[in-house]
Amino acid sequence: MREGRQLDIKAKLLVFFVFLVLGLMISTQFKNTEQQKNIYSARVDDLSERLKMAEAEKKQLAAELESLRNDQGNMVGHNELARLRILSGAVPLKGKGIEITLDDSKLQKSGQDNPNLYLIHDEDLLQVLNELRAAGAEAIAINDQRIVATSEIRCTGPTVSINNHQSSPPYVIKAIGNSKNMLSALKLRGGVLETFEFWGIQVKIERFDNLEVPAFDDRYGYEFAKPLGKEGA
Amino acid sequence: MLYYSIAGLIVGLVAGLLFPMEVPVQYTKLLSVAILAGLDSVLGALRAVMVGNYDTVVFISGFFVNGFLAMLLSYIGNLLGIDLYLIGTLVFGMRIFQNIAVIRRLYMGK
Repeated sequence: MREGRQLDIKAKLLVFFVFLVLGLMISTQFKNTEQQKNIYSARVDDLSERLKMAEAEKKQLAAELESLRNDQGNMVGHNELARLRILSGAVPLKGKGIEITLDDSKLQKSGQDNPNLYLIHDEDLLQVLNELRAAGAEAIAINDQRIVATSEIRCTGPTVSINNHQSSPPYVIKAIGNSKNMLSALKLRGGVLETFEFWGIQVKIERFDNLEVPAFDDRYGYEFAKPLGKEGA
Repeated sequence: MLYYSIAGLIVGLVAGLLFPMEVPVQYTKLLSVAILAGLDSVLGALRAVMVGNYDTVVFISGFFVNGFLAMLLSYIGNLLGIDLYLIGTLVFGMRIFQNIAVIRRLYMGK
């Protein structure tokens, strides 16, 4: 009887334990399921809400961008762009300026003098160009080749290469800028024009109120140079 | 015996709700199969009690072994990409209904 009771208690405790485990499993599973339900529904709500917000924000930002673009375009950006386009020679320009026409000398070569001295060379053109720039020329073209930052003036046999275009005399140099300054710079004592005169090189200078300088129409790509720092971003 | 089982169930339920026990999402199916196995064992035990051939060892061993096997089966199914837990759910569900039917008849004395 006593043993039976003890066994009984043992069995009862075991049964208690079994049901305890069952209860634990059930409640854990219940909790899990509830949580998942909450997670799913919360996620759907949350995500749709966030989507709405993001869309609204995107809309607003797009509108802001549009208005900023307009503002910028009208004010700073546009001016800057126009300035840079002029500076880079991308647009034809007109304005007050001078036109210098240079041609080879008609003087009789005297004796043993180097005949090269009676011809116009790339160096002569470079000197003229340098003087014009020093005198504040804003746009220069030689034989309708606009002089830009990458322009070369180089001797190529009987011709001169400018922007990779061959030019031959007569050279017509158009320069927009302060005519007076440019003329006086060229006519300096001991300056270029005096040298030209000495060798009999024909120089014709005309002032224009509405001189037209063509745009630079050559290749503009930059293959190797990359912007450096945040300015280029 | 009945009081012990009810008490155990309640204590287990409350403990499960109170303690921050969590099963990873991928194992909830295993747990559900184990729960079904447990319920099946309990109902089987109840039926045995009513029939008169109840044995605590059989009940307890059946409870744990069935639950463990069901979980193992589902786990292997999970590994193989077969929904074996459905088998467990089906089998234990059917047995639960069978047990309930038997208990009902026994209770009604037929």
